[in-house]
Amino acid sequence: MSEREKLLEVRNLKKYFPVKGGLLQRTIGQVKAVDDVSFDIYKGETLGIVGESGSGKSTLGRTILRLLDPTEGDIIFQGDNISTLANRKMRPYRKDMQMVFQDPFASLNPRMSVGEIIEEPMVVQNLLTKAERKEKVIDLLEKVGLTSEARTKYPHEFSGGQRQRIGIARALTMNPKFIIGDEPVSALDVSVQSQVLNLMEDLQDEFNLTYLFIAHDLGVVKHISDRVGVMYLGKMAEIGPKTKIYNNPLHPYTQALLSAVPVPNVERKREKIKLQGELPSPSNPPQGCVFHTRCPEAHERCRVEIPELVHQGEEQYVACHLYTKEQ
Amino acid sequence: MQEQQLKKQSLEKQKSNVLLEVEGLKTYFYMDNDRVAKAVDDVSFSINKGETLALVGESGSGKSITSLSIMRLIPSPPGKIVEGSIKLEGKELVTLSDKEIRKVRGNDIGMIFQEPMTSLNPVFTIGNQISESLMKHKKMKKNEAYKKAVDLLKLVGFARAEQIVNEYPHQLSGGMRQRAMIAIAMSCDPKLLIADEPTTALDVTIQAQILDLMVEMKEKFESSILLITHDLGVVAEVADRVLVMYGGQIVEEASVYELFTKPKHPYTNGLLASIPNLEADVERLESIPGTVPPAHRFPKGCRFAPRCKHVMDKCYEANPDLLEIDSKHKVRCYLYEE
Repeated sequence: MSEREKLLEVRNLKKYFPVKGGLLQRTIGQVKAVDDVSFDIYKGETLGIVGESGSGKSTLGRTILRLLDPTEGDIIFQGDNISTLANRKMRPYRKDMQMVFQDPFASLNPRMSVGEIIEEPMVVQNLLTKAERKEKVIDLLEKVGLTSEARTKYPHEFSGGQRQRIGIARALTMNPKFIIGDEPVSALDVSVQSQVLNLMEDLQDEFNLTYLFIAHDLGVVKHISDRVGVMYLGKMAEIGPKTKIYNNPLHPYTQALLSAVPVPNVERKREKIKLQGELPSPSNPPQGCVFHTRCPEAHERCRVEIPELVHQGEEQYVACHLYTKEQ
Repeated sequence: MQEQQLKKQSLEKQKSNVLLEVEGLKTYFYMDNDRVAKAVDDVSFSINKGETLALVGESGSGKSITSLSIMRLIPSPPGKIVEGSIKLEGKELVTLSDKEIRKVRGNDIGMIFQEPMTSLNPVFTIGNQISESLMKHKKMKKNEAYKKAVDLLKLVGFARAEQIVNEYPHQLSGGMRQRAMIAIAMSCDPKLLIADEPTTALDVTIQAQILDLMVEMKEKFESSILLITHDLGVVAEVADRVLVMYGGQIVEEASVYELFTKPKHPYTNGLLASIPNLEADVERLESIPGTVPPAHRFPKGCRFAPRCKHVMDKCYEANPDLLEIDSKHKVRCYLYEE
């Protein structure tokens, strides 16, 4: 398995946001949105990231694309460390890394025609002649299942699912290697959601794309991912192949999360693990293991010592003291 | 003779067990340039006492407008209940004056919405908002109402109810706000609780808590629930009976067990097949081509026909009726016509 080629390496990535307050708006605290997260993404795979709101999964995606500057840690894309590159030096890498956003209503400029939206990245990067660009736009529209007439229309003339297709076409314009989808289907109705998921899978095969797929819907992530990472309060609780995560979850949080999902099946009622309370504030995370305040298995050590991600066989890693011996 | 009498008795018994009866409801919106959006178009159903009825559908199916019609909260103009009757324990709601319907709202019918932040008033304390309805509907004194508010907050699971009662909505998290909303909705001991996407904005672990709480409250207060949702997983978990809506109409009605084990309508089948399932592995998801038609441009004939994979010629000609297949199952589709 180690033969697989790494496309992206994330090492001890941290993104803290300052909390300002008081009369002079001084920094009075920090929100640790992403706190010491490390993982790899291999070429051609889909890594799904799941977590509840406030778990830091969206911040993680934005920081990897350098839409946000990391507080600490390294982002290594195809062997090059891009974590501190200046904007101008970052530009060639941006071609290879694109993003599809959640809200297809907010992420498309209402004053630009669909053709202009899809063409814009090529204009910015100064590629192709005008005629070639037009041809490319039409080609992309057809690839994502729209007709070439869509080029002259405006975003408001399309439904949510169609707009998401436009967003995907825009992301494909630069022939990227890597696409981050930040909740790309969660604003869509179920019948349309499956259309877009199928489209994303087809495009992945056709263009040999690598996906980082961020979502809160565990069913969607299971469907599209090869490997899955589970985040909780800025930390990676567990990461591994999807079959391991879904069939044999090790972290108590993963177990609880999976058991809480309502499943459209009336014949088999599943036993639920009930979590008490709510996600603590990321500006004041619990000491030790961040999950210990809600964990049904918490013991003394969890309150003081932060668990590290530890290999549990077959590429499954878990950050939990249940699986480590006390030194 | 005796048989007939027995039948009549059981019919009457059934009648007395009905809490809400909606009959031929049509709610239309009159838009500019003379277009009419038939958001709810001839919908009939009933809710029994103690029952949880789920209304499922995608956005634009008319499920929320149905619930708003029951509460008489349709913005008018442009909206209007054009036809039909809505009876709560035999009392007609459609013709009530504004003053009379206000007595029903919050008193006989409680409501919780999707976004607890926008449905709570940000400038009043939680206690204030719970006691308001108690003072209005139950004619309680302020002190008494505040005490009851604390009790209600304890009931919905707040450990520090005495403090929460004096806090403002922004001080609470999403799940806590939804708990507070449930406390308000249950404050006057309603006969019917309408829950419009009550857990859609919440995380799964919190969603599980809130769904449990709703079921617990229903049992404690012996009320019925009309649950409006797009999430078939939630339906399977809490509903007794299900109505599937599409294009402003009911396309399938069945007990929850029937619907999930023997779905009939091609739309219901399509929906169930397009959900990525946690328990099964599928290579490729099924999907329903196209999108839900807007309410002012329904196709002629069956409204699902342009997206249906079993479509026949006659589907484009006339809209099928809601056929009763057996006592527990109705479907609006020519495939099941004799």
